[in-house]
Amino acid sequence: MDILSLFIVVPLLTVLVLLTARSLKQARMIALIGTLVQVAMSVNLLFAYLRERAVSDELMLFTRDLVWFRDFNIHYSVGVDGISVALLMLTALVVLAGVFISWKMEELPKEFFISLIVLSTGVYGFFISLDLFLMFVFFEIAVIPMFLLIGIWGSGPREYAAMKLTLMLMGASAVLLVGILGIYFNSGAGGGPLTFNILEIAEVQIPVEAQKLFFPLTFIGFAVIGALFPFHTWSPDGHASAPTAVSMLHAGVLMKLGGYGVFRVAMYLMPEGTLHWSWFFIVLATFGVIYGAFAAIRQTDLKYINAYSSVSHLGLVLFALLMLNKTAWNGAIIQSLSHGFMTALFFALIGMIYERTHTRDVTKLGGLLKVIPFISATYVIAGLASLGLPGFSGFVAEMNIFVGAFQHPEIPYRIASIFAVSAIVVTAVYILRVVGMMLMGPLKENSITPMEKATWYEKTGILLMLLPIIGIGVAPLWLSEMILESIQPFIQGVL
Amino acid sequence: MNYTAIILIPLIPLAVFLVLGLFNRKIGPGVSGLVGVGGMLVSTLLSFYTAFEYFMVLGKVSGAYPTLVESTVWMNFTETLRIDMGVLIDPISVMMLIVVSTISLMVHIYSRGYMKGDEGYTKFFSFLSLFTFSMYGLVLATNLFQIYIFWELVGVSSYLLIGYYYTKESAVAAAKKAFIVTRFADLGFLIGILLIGYYTGTYDFETLNNPEGATLTHWAPASFMGLSVLTWGLILIFIGGAGKSAMFPLHIWLPDAMEGPTPVSALIHAATMVVAGVFLVARLFPMYFFVEEGFALQIVAFVGAFSALFAAVIALTQTDIKRVLAYSTMSQLGYMMLALGVSGYEGSQGLGYMSSMFHLFTHAMFKALLFLCAGSVIHAVHSNYLKDMGQLRKYMPITHLSFLVAALAIAGIPPFAGFWSKDEILVAVYQQNTFLYVVGIFVAGLTALYIFRIYFGIFWGKDNTYEHRPAESPASMTVPLIVLAVLSATVGFIPFSEFISPDRAGFDAHIDIPMAITAVAVALIGIGIAWMLYKKESGLATRLTDRLGVLYTWAHRKFYMDEVYLFVTKNILFKGIAAGAAWADRKIVDGTMNLIGNSTVLFSKKIKGMQSGRVQDYAMAFVSGTVILALLFIYLWTS
Repeated sequence: MDILSLFIVVPLLTVLVLLTARSLKQARMIALIGTLVQVAMSVNLLFAYLRERAVSDELMLFTRDLVWFRDFNIHYSVGVDGISVALLMLTALVVLAGVFISWKMEELPKEFFISLIVLSTGVYGFFISLDLFLMFVFFEIAVIPMFLLIGIWGSGPREYAAMKLTLMLMGASAVLLVGILGIYFNSGAGGGPLTFNILEIAEVQIPVEAQKLFFPLTFIGFAVIGALFPFHTWSPDGHASAPTAVSMLHAGVLMKLGGYGVFRVAMYLMPEGTLHWSWFFIVLATFGVIYGAFAAIRQTDLKYINAYSSVSHLGLVLFALLMLNKTAWNGAIIQSLSHGFMTALFFALIGMIYERTHTRDVTKLGGLLKVIPFISATYVIAGLASLGLPGFSGFVAEMNIFVGAFQHPEIPYRIASIFAVSAIVVTAVYILRVVGMMLMGPLKENSITPMEKATWYEKTGILLMLLPIIGIGVAPLWLSEMILESIQPFIQGVL
Repeated sequence: MNYTAIILIPLIPLAVFLVLGLFNRKIGPGVSGLVGVGGMLVSTLLSFYTAFEYFMVLGKVSGAYPTLVESTVWMNFTETLRIDMGVLIDPISVMMLIVVSTISLMVHIYSRGYMKGDEGYTKFFSFLSLFTFSMYGLVLATNLFQIYIFWELVGVSSYLLIGYYYTKESAVAAAKKAFIVTRFADLGFLIGILLIGYYTGTYDFETLNNPEGATLTHWAPASFMGLSVLTWGLILIFIGGAGKSAMFPLHIWLPDAMEGPTPVSALIHAATMVVAGVFLVARLFPMYFFVEEGFALQIVAFVGAFSALFAAVIALTQTDIKRVLAYSTMSQLGYMMLALGVSGYEGSQGLGYMSSMFHLFTHAMFKALLFLCAGSVIHAVHSNYLKDMGQLRKYMPITHLSFLVAALAIAGIPPFAGFWSKDEILVAVYQQNTFLYVVGIFVAGLTALYIFRIYFGIFWGKDNTYEHRPAESPASMTVPLIVLAVLSATVGFIPFSEFISPDRAGFDAHIDIPMAITAVAVALIGIGIAWMLYKKESGLATRLTDRLGVLYTWAHRKFYMDEVYLFVTKNILFKGIAAGAAWADRKIVDGTMNLIGNSTVLFSKKIKGMQSGRVQDYAMAFVSGTVILALLFIYLWTS
């Protein structure tokens, strides 16, 4: 068994074992062991990757290729570079943290953990796929459990939210499928057979007209899940209704599929289409950055605030990708990771606060630092990280994005960049508003009752998210070098 | 130079912060106070050792103090642009080390008394250490990005400390305001860095500031609206500096920041963090001076002069003594900016630069002292307001005398420290611009007036009946007062111009006798007026304010700057744009999505009757379909 296929086999085995679980205790133990193994695998992969990278200059490492459907030239083809390795680590950590956060999931625990792990399988598979068709299949595997997770374990108007989220993402998938098929049917342009393999298609120059046609379809297909304005509205409702661990996984990992897909498929395979369309999408992405931040200022539900904050932060990812240089791209990838950890941390904390106060309305909360100091202090730290304070991962990501964006001296680019940069102020406003209203200030009704201090499993879940944020923020060099190295071949492809 | 010692200077407070912060609830107040003060003591000794080694042992190399840089790569952006982390040792960074360490040590000692019994005692010391670490990092920065990083970190330490009494609504609001206003200014700073980085290909101060280097000899790689992009960059960077140093119109956060504990006001909002903006301009002084013949520097001078005047007028009318001191700080910072703005570069031309740094140095001592005295007074009477004070000289002799020394120093009475530095500033301004000189000397008079107004108000004035008899503060608080009073009286005699000048070569500065006499006379007039109005409780002051009418009201209401800001933030940004975005998102963007969804449902409801299961319906559909198709074919066939 090769090192990458394990990422599909191990979660599936975990699911099989989970089927035998009889109680919450058994289910969470099995899920914990399964996800711990996944984290161990991702750490192992990281070191194996660094070792292998030192001696190999192949684009993708640990590749494996098996024919799946011979007639359509569909393969089971996997391989990773530094970008996917980093995202795999993110996924493994967030899933593990999600298991800790769901330690007390009383309702259908077995089924819950099964859905959660199936979802993560889809994400792992997506990040290691080198075959467009395979990638698409994993994409769907990741999205479908979402419907169940929100519809069954959710709260509030959960059917509406689950349906809206699934329909919008399915709609996007349909558009994406057209884009992918468009790429496939043009992949023979160089005279070879039609293929889904990303590396092979990259060698072929897809006709410019086809690129102009299929780039926006592929871009939008992926970007909907990356919360591209104006296709982001599934996210606030979806998050608000989703149970904590699902929000964590969804915002932390699933939304990253968007940026990754845009980068790996749309931009890499259709450079001409990228250049042709970049302006249109820069405008949308920049608008999303500012708009999401301003919309977040006005929300009162913690989950909505975080959801709009995600629109803003992930808008920055798409913005950076469209800046078409390696500094900005590096920033986009680091922002994906950073946002993944941060937003997962936020949702975990919001879940804990909700459990104790039974409300997510910031206007009804106050002075929480006094009652639940650990959770509140972590919330402050997460907030500071989110507003891009140096020493946390967000700063590293944003500075790469901004320095990259400023490499374009043309006035329209400058204007877009200055708009994007100014989000740092608006972000500070909505973060400090929440911190000031909810954590500081006098105690309010909902915060007076004595509350349970953070438990060990909650603390573990928190630290799993917090440590990478600080780690990347304090010593970014190795990560940024690893990603830069992997970006290099792409930048040559596009420019 | 001993780099290990230099690197330890910031690392010790960092270690203290981590230990106290992580084991917050396990460490008792006694231990945390000792760890904080002990760490600071070592760090202060190392700072003095570094200064001694740099100025005395190493000395000048070929006629000028050298710049020593030791750094390591922190992150790479492009082939040329990267962020380094390191230490840069030159005269002003060494001077700042002395300022930061001395004041921070005094404030640490003082806080052991002032914060006694506070439940967040350990947390308080950990935040103080975090601030000190960040401030060291800022002054030692080797490049624009490093200074920006620590700039943000001092900002957040300031936020945490202003909001230290976090259950108080006003403290929370003040902390938020301070952070957001400075963050807005930092947006300018960041864009300035990005522009300068793009056009010069470096963030390093060494390369940027080299008068013979490519940046300063070819300062217009591109231009925008008639100005070099580098000038734009420098103006934007100055906006960042103006935000931190509370220059008009970005000053509004500083008076509110007085919500923090008084030792914090002394350390952060008087002596160290707020001078970061001045330090930033000084750090980039060669760039400011050479790019476009110092265009950006002109702006610095005028903004500084205006802020000095504006704040001094407001200071006259405030009744909260900490707010008076806050406006006084703003006014003195204006002086420093003004001096930098009129400075030349070579030899004794660099008087403005030198006097600005000198004033920064002396101001740190006497303003920290003023705040600590105010803290001691507030500690005794439990109020910030002048109306609750009076005749305190009888109860608090040490505080009284220390305050008097500091007041004489800030008023510019010889031989106290402020006299020497302010005199140099006025000389430098006089050489450049008479109008600005007139503003400067007028502000000097106002300074003497407002500081002695509160001096008389606190220690003389009316005889208040106190519920609890006020008493002198404990030794942990009075010792720092005495130390700082001695410093405020003596540091003026340091021959600053030999150590600090823009070209590093040093020069001889002399006291200009006629200028000095004028300045002292103006200060004495100010003190005299204060003596007449406030020494004894008389109706004179009230009658005067009544006579001034609307002028007084305007100044008392701080020229309505807060109201302007409130209008912009609340009505335009919050109620206008933010609410608009939130509404549009739910109603328009999401509305469209829902419309698509609903119309699909509606459509399917309408057409679901088609699959009724009745054979007649299907037969009907079949027949009509066939007829339509047949007609269509016939039509196509014939045409």
